[in-house]
Amino acid sequence: MDDPQTNKEMLDVAQAFKDSNIQEILNELDRELVGLQSVKTRIREIAAYLLVDRLRRGAGLEAERPVLHMSFTGRPGTGKTTVAMRMAQILHRLGYIRRDHLVVATRDDLVGQYVGHTAPKTKEVLKKAMGGVLFIDEAYYLYRRENERDYGQETIEILLQAMENQREDLVVILAGYKDRMEEFFHSNPGMRSRVAHHLDFPDFTLDELMQIAELMVAQQRYCFDEKAREAFREYIRRRIALPDFANARSIRNAIDRIKLRQANRLYSGGATVTKDDLARIDAADILKSRVFLETPELDGSEDAARTGQP
Amino acid sequence: MRITQGTFSFLPDLTDEQIAKQVAYALGKSWALNVEFTDDPHPRNTYWEMWELPMFDLKDPAAIMYEVNACRKAYPSHYIKVNAFDNSRGWETIRLSFIVNRPKHEPGFSLVRREAEGRNIRYTVHSYATDKPEGERYSADGTGSAVKR
Amino acid sequence: MAGTGKGTITGVKERYKAGVIPYKQMGYWEPDYVPKDTDVIALFRITPQEGVDPEEAAAAVAGESSTATWTVVWTDRLTACELYRAKAYRVDPVPGTPGQYFASIAYDLDLFEEGSIANMTASIIGNVFGFKAIKALRLEDMRMPVAYLKTFQGPPTGIVVERERLDKYGRPLLGATIKPKLGLSGKNYGRVVYEALKGGLDFTKDDENINSQSFMHWRDRFLFAMEGVGRASAATGEVKGHYLNVTAATMEDMYERAEFANELGSVIVMIDLVIGYTAIQSMSKWARKNNMILHLHRAGHGTYTRQKNHGISFRVISKWMRMAGVDHIHSGTVVGKLEGDPLMIKGYYDTLREPRTPVSLQHGLFFEQDWASLRKVMPVASGGIHAGQMHQLLHYLGEDVVLQFGGGTIGHPQGIHAGAMANRVALEAMILARNEGRDYLNEGPQILEAAAKWCSPLRAALEVWKDITFEYQSTDTADFVPTPTPA
Repeated sequence: MDDPQTNKEMLDVAQAFKDSNIQEILNELDRELVGLQSVKTRIREIAAYLLVDRLRRGAGLEAERPVLHMSFTGRPGTGKTTVAMRMAQILHRLGYIRRDHLVVATRDDLVGQYVGHTAPKTKEVLKKAMGGVLFIDEAYYLYRRENERDYGQETIEILLQAMENQREDLVVILAGYKDRMEEFFHSNPGMRSRVAHHLDFPDFTLDELMQIAELMVAQQRYCFDEKAREAFREYIRRRIALPDFANARSIRNAIDRIKLRQANRLYSGGATVTKDDLARIDAADILKSRVFLETPELDGSEDAARTGQP
Repeated sequence: MRITQGTFSFLPDLTDEQIAKQVAYALGKSWALNVEFTDDPHPRNTYWEMWELPMFDLKDPAAIMYEVNACRKAYPSHYIKVNAFDNSRGWETIRLSFIVNRPKHEPGFSLVRREAEGRNIRYTVHSYATDKPEGERYSADGTGSAVKR
Repeated sequence: MAGTGKGTITGVKERYKAGVIPYKQMGYWEPDYVPKDTDVIALFRITPQEGVDPEEAAAAVAGESSTATWTVVWTDRLTACELYRAKAYRVDPVPGTPGQYFASIAYDLDLFEEGSIANMTASIIGNVFGFKAIKALRLEDMRMPVAYLKTFQGPPTGIVVERERLDKYGRPLLGATIKPKLGLSGKNYGRVVYEALKGGLDFTKDDENINSQSFMHWRDRFLFAMEGVGRASAATGEVKGHYLNVTAATMEDMYERAEFANELGSVIVMIDLVIGYTAIQSMSKWARKNNMILHLHRAGHGTYTRQKNHGISFRVISKWMRMAGVDHIHSGTVVGKLEGDPLMIKGYYDTLREPRTPVSLQHGLFFEQDWASLRKVMPVASGGIHAGQMHQLLHYLGEDVVLQFGGGTIGHPQGIHAGAMANRVALEAMILARNEGRDYLNEGPQILEAAAKWCSPLRAALEVWKDITFEYQSTDTADFVPTPTPA
């Protein structure tokens, strides 16, 4: 056993990393998601940890498979689901799960309406997710402190059992707003102790949101002209201040509405249009947004805070 | 005796790993799976009790193994089988069915003969187990080991 | 003059003038004819006599298998004769075989009585095979229209219901024919049934020529065999069966025997192909009425199915039997002792089991056939097969088949029970491996060896029959070689 030869056998970490094709997924994540540096770093770290864990187990230094359940916190539209999908691929390529599927569920999918309804519902979702990743969005809704008889508690218990006993078969990612998730873990210490990795998704900065917008617009074969670009920047500045702001998701929705207004402008214009006209978004398409009616002109301090510039 | 119903009864009892592979084969063909159990394994007992509902649209054998193990826990001394059902036209029937749990002691069956005219005989296969009421069969002390759901 | 060319004579006066005119000109050759969806189509292999034009030979076959006689008759004019005339519409030389031609002939649905194989065959193969103008004739394939199929009952049980009744899924069924086929007393016969079924087989079988001879009258056989079936069922907890051969001299005798099998609780009875199409259809109706599986032994078929130039292809017999309604039919083993080219056998098996078969010339399927939900027939592979071939049998024949190991069970050195167990273990091990995704065809011998490590009957079987193969040239083979399609 203690043959020094074997103990010194070279294990090529770089080659193992290459063989797993993880870099491909990390690159894709870079292409796909603007910013999020801290999250990307964490993912790289987790991937490296899992890779080494695999080598350690191969070398007989480790017996137990590590706990892989995670919590993703952050506001809506910060890329949690996208990252979860990539995480499923990484776990799959490293052999921690058998397939790279991601099943997304919320309280409605898991918790029943009457006695005896919840267990089968939760188990159904668990079974669908088995072999892959179960992503529970706004996980804190499972727990309702104000109602002791809430069926959500049953879901939490079944979930805890599966997270403990089916570790080979299932990775659970719990997601939601940071403060509410902390509260949730506080009231459910069992849950907290079974989650190994906590990833926090920060809000995007104004510059990042602008980059995201440019990316989306280009993907859909549109383009901003200079005035439109300025107008959209102003739009974002105002939109952030509104209470229901959802980061990248709000940007996508805004662009969808802008496309509608552009089409209406071209249609009511009546005259012939060029290919350029079809692709170009004017400032007018943006400035008609209700956001400009509902929010006051800002002095720019918010902007400074967001971009992190003095 | 050893009841030899099911696709793999002449082989040594399948390990969980082997069961999972058979389940994976069925899932690969988009068949729905279900788990059934009984303490009356008469060859004509078509309707074993269903353990939960049939499982449709699942991706991974672990989900079925989860139910197999839950059923084994509740009925450790019953016969338990896994069925795979094919809903495609022209089949609409079970395509694979095999036993995954059986009692330690299998008393088997007797052949009851009722002699009739002209050396004619009417045969009945009688299960020794069914001499006791449902739920009290296959246990060492005769009180039944099955956990009621 | 109008209508005296090579083609059909269209002028009424010319056409119906008393005397003899070529079939081609009588309207039995219509190269422009497009078969209707409701037409029955037959494909014949024709070897015309020296000097006979192939199109004229095809027209003659169409004529003689439908309305024509050797001379013109004016009574044709009292009928819608153009409808009733079969139409040869295509003649192609057989690839690589000079002097032979494939002729396609279409028959209007009105030519046939509903639900009667006897009536249909009386037309298609009635007179025409003895016709002097052709040297040889073979019926290669037929396309049955859905409308016509719907007038047939089809298999009384079918693969799906048979499996549900037997509670056996996911693997071929196993059987054995009791040997020696003649001479055993009823009591000894039942012993073989019991041992083989208890050992692990699903079915045992009477042979084709065991009916009610002096050494064993049928009632005795039925009683002793059913004792064996009942005992084996109680010993294993499985549904077991013995194909009780009810073949007899008259329908009355057959019904009497079948009723007795029914009284004794048998799940299956058996008939021979030699009883004839009408008797088969009668027994099929009886089987449907009595929840009985109907096994057909193709006794006698080799007299007309084997030679390529003359007779009827077995795929046509398969088609007729699916229509007439049998649940089991012997259809070849590929690897055993009886005639069977792998490509041809695939054609038979597909014909028996598939809901629809596409055109596949290399398998001898000349037409697309929609089976209109007629139930599936379980093919039976029997004759010179043994446990050591299990991987090949599964590969060639699939999972919906009865594998019959007669000698391969009863000839086992450790006894019948051990022989049966060897077969069952080999089969289950192979299915397990296949389902696990292993390359079971190539790894077959290793898979069997691994099972033989813990199953001594299998070890003995592999040892005894390890070198037994039957490698002879098939006589009935494909005319079309599969050619790779250019990319």
